[in-house]
Formats: sequence, structure tokens, C-alpha cells
Amino acid sequence: MVSGYLITIFITVIIYAMLAFSLNIITGRAGQISLGHSAFFGIGAYTSALLYTKAGFSFWISLPISAVVAGIVGALLGIPCLRVRDDFLAITTMGIVFVIEAIFLYIPFFGGAMGIGGIDLPQWFGREMQKTEYLILILIVFIFLLILDRRLERSWVGLAWSSIREDEIAAHAMGVDIVRFKVLAFTLGSAIAGLAGSFYAHFLTFIMPQNFGFAQSILILCMVVFGGIGTRWGPILGAIVLGILPEISRPIMEYRTFVYGLLLLAMMRFQPEGILGSESILRKIFKQILIR
Amino acid sequence: MLIQQLANGIAIGSVYSLISLGLTMVYGILRILHISHAGIYTLGAYVGWFSFRLVGNFWLSLFIGMIGASFSGYLVERFLYTPILHMPRIAPLIVSIGLFIAMEEAFRIIAGPHTLAYNARIGIGDLSIGSFHLTETQILILIVTFIILIFLWTFLTKTRIGLAMRACAQDAEITSSFGVNVRAIIAFNFLIGSAMAGAAGVLIGVYDNQVWPTMGSIPAYKALAIVVLGGLGNIPGTVLAALIVGLAETFFIGVLAIPFPRDAVAFIAMIIVLMFKPYGLLGKA
Repeated sequence: MVSGYLITIFITVIIYAMLAFSLNIITGRAGQISLGHSAFFGIGAYTSALLYTKAGFSFWISLPISAVVAGIVGALLGIPCLRVRDDFLAITTMGIVFVIEAIFLYIPFFGGAMGIGGIDLPQWFGREMQKTEYLILILIVFIFLLILDRRLERSWVGLAWSSIREDEIAAHAMGVDIVRFKVLAFTLGSAIAGLAGSFYAHFLTFIMPQNFGFAQSILILCMVVFGGIGTRWGPILGAIVLGILPEISRPIMEYRTFVYGLLLLAMMRFQPEGILGSESILRKIFKQILIR
Repeated sequence: MLIQQLANGIAIGSVYSLISLGLTMVYGILRILHISHAGIYTLGAYVGWFSFRLVGNFWLSLFIGMIGASFSGYLVERFLYTPILHMPRIAPLIVSIGLFIAMEEAFRIIAGPHTLAYNARIGIGDLSIGSFHLTETQILILIVTFIILIFLWTFLTKTRIGLAMRACAQDAEITSSFGVNVRAIIAFNFLIGSAMAGAAGVLIGVYDNQVWPTMGSIPAYKALAIVVLGGLGNIPGTVLAALIVGLAETFFIGVLAIPFPRDAVAFIAMIIVLMFKPYGLLGKA
């Protein structure tokens, strides 16, 4: 029997891995910088929480609805945002986080600063799910998403994304509809973030606007960057390392955020490809072992 | 009442313009979103506070704060940005975010998490004409901003270095082919921009009568919104946008009393403007 503490950490890490994975679709696959990912995470969580507490929908119905709502909001916000050039995009997505957080915080319908409580773990077979079972459920959904991603990467959609990422003008000249594919990436990434939000709300049973602020966006971005932008396993590894780091670094609690900022800085300055990128130390060591 | 709010809005807008100008100058020349600029702003406030404690003269502490900020801006450019300029655009952005987080934490660890009072008095007193009232710090902000903006404008339009800086912002490669030392110009850009951020930090420290570790968090993002609103890299546009945001904030919150977070106003203005003018108020495609 695994302890409840460990299960909690595992679930948190998998939800982060799902978020990092979904941001990687936008930033890694399609090459669009987004600093607003936590907003869609929040939209998913709030949709799920409101449907459960106010309308009495069960988790199994609200889960897909959260993903769809986050996806639709992502598409609606993505259309104007993706018309502007990449630096504007970074700032407009950042603006989205502030506005969405303000909406959650100031409109009484969303519970204000107190957030929304009283969300329960999902029911199945007439009883409440155990945390271990919930963990397995999230894991299965995540593996399913990873398989989907693998197929998507090799399809024409994946090819169109990589052409936009590498050279937008050339892609346009080859007849790739740039805005359409960017919006598609944005929608898909937001929908998966919404899904993660729904899982998060039912796991935490209590959500607040502060859970979905700008710092959360940065954390997700860090995970992607740390592991390696655009790689398949990098963001997941990043989520595991940065998700567990706060737990094992309790002794240096006081300096944690400081070290964290420096880590981010040093990572980009000296290992911009991330630890699983094509030019990273880990790969080089691995290659040398193979050659020998 | 209306004139009063107008004056308050302009005072706040002036400080915003001081913070945003450095950002827009850095963007104009290096195409980097310099988020840690707000860290330098906070540093300026702390250096100013510390030197005010030592010497007790406001003007001197303002000057020392500006010098401190200026120098740290130069170090950031020299050791963090220049080596990674050839990398994809996301690299400097993330370095900047990392540095900003680390700087905020460093301030908290070194100077403590509490606020420090910065009650500098310059002895000009408040100004009251009927119901119209300007506090001493507001007058101070208006004077200092005015002097700095005049200085910047003269510098950029009348001197050879200013000319080179404007040329670099348009096309650094061609400017370098004319024999201009582009690296020195970039360094100069950071020195001036960071000095302005430092001045803004000191002014806000005096205006709110406090200096605290996370005082840069909101300006970090708000200044970016202002810079985008004005058209990234566009100096007159930035000043205009800063004043508009300052006025919009005072009017929406102060006059209409809408229960809305003051700090989201800049972003809403930005998103609305970008829908109609994707390159900002005065930006060119």
C-alpha cells in the first residue's frame, strides 16, 4: 500500500505533466510562445467545479465539457492573438491570464477570492473513487493522449505545424494555412489544459483564482523548457523533476524560489535545448557511450 | 474633481512612462522582452532607499539609485543577453523571467519581506488651489519625469550617439556597416533605459512611502502592456500609451468606481487596441 502523501505527489506530477505536454503542442510543435497557459487550466477547473457544485453534473460529464469549453475559449482568444507577431503573442497571452484571473476574483458567480469548495472525488460503482484509482484513471487518459500525440505528429497536421515552427514565410509559400494551423494548435493545447484543470479541481476539491495565476503559467513553461521544447518526453521529465523538487527541497524552503529562478536562467543560458534536446549534455554523454 | 483626477492620472502615467521607456528602447534595438527590467526598477528603489538612509538627501539618493540601476542593467546586457542573442527568441525571454524571479527573491532574502518606509521630503510642500490639490510627491514626479523626458528627447535627436541609437533601432546590421560600434550603442541603451527604471523605482518608493521586494511584479507586466499598446519599440507611442493607461486607471476606478482590478485595465486596453491595430497605437507594420 502506497502512502497517501506519495499518491498526492504522483497525481500532482501527472497533472503537471499533462499541462506541460499540452503547452508543448502550442510552443514545441507549432512554435507559438504562450505565457497564458494557466488561464485555460483555470477555465477547465472552474467549468468543472461550477458544473458540479451549482448544476449537479457528475464528474464524467463535466470532464469532457471542461475540455470543450477551454478549447472554445482558446480558439476564440487565439484568433485575434495569433494574427499578431510572436512577441505580441507572448504579451497578449500574458494579458489573458491577468484578465481571466481578475474575472474569477471579482465576479461573485465564480466564488471571488474564496474560490469554490465542496468538489468531491468522482463517483463510480456507487461509491467515491479512491485516490489510487483516480491516479490510475488520470494515467490512462494521459497515455491515451500521448498515443494520440504520436499519431498527430506524423500526420499532415504535425507536418504543417513543424513547417510553421521552422519558417513561417516558407510554410505560407508552400500553401500551409498558417492562422488555421496555429489556431488548431492553440485550441488543442487549451482543451487538454482544460481537461487537466477538471482533474485538478476534483482532486483538490477546492479551487481559488490564485491557483491559476501568472506564476503557474511560468511554472508550466519552465517544465517544458527544462525538459526540452518540442521533444516528446522532455516536458514530462521536466514536470517530474520540477514537480518533485519542491518536496525534496523542504530544508531550503527559504531559498527555493531563488534557486528556481537561477535554475531557469542557467538552463537557458547554458543548456537552451533542455535536458532532452538534441544538443544537450545528456544526449552527448549517451551518444559517447553508444559510440564506445 | 475632474481636473484633480486628470492630475492624478498624469502623475501615475508619468511614472509608467519612465518604466516603459527603457523596455521599449531595449526592444527596439535587441528585440528582447526585457521582463527583468522591473527587477532593475526595484533595485533602483532599494539602492535609493539605502543611500537616502546614509546621506539623507533625496536628490542625491535619486541620483545614486539611477546609477545603481544603470550599472546593473549594463551587467544584465553584457553577461546574460549578449551571449544568447543568436538563439531562438524564447531563450532571452525565459532568461529574463528567471532573472526577475531570482532578483525578487534576492531582495526578499537580503532586505527582508517587510516594507521599508522611504519618507523623503524635499521641502516644496503641497500645492492647493481651491479644491484642486497636488501632493508634494506628485509635483516631484511631474518635475523629475519632465526633466528626464526632455533630456532623453534632446539626447536622441540632437547628439551623434542619439542618432546612432535611433539608427540601430531601425537596422543594427546596416548601422554597423557605417562604422558605428553597435555593441557600445546597445550597452548605452541599457545604461539609459535602466537609469530611467531606477528613477521610476525611487519615485514610486517615495510616492507610496514604501519599498518592498515584490514592488516590481505588477509594473513588470503592466509596462509590457504599455509598450505593446504604444507599438513595440516606438518611443513617442510608449509615452502616449503610458499616459492613457494612467488616466484610464484613475478614471475607471476613481471616477466611475467600477469594482474592477486596477491592474487589469492596461491589459484590457491592450487587447482591445490590438484587435483593431495589431501593431499598437503608433506602431508600424
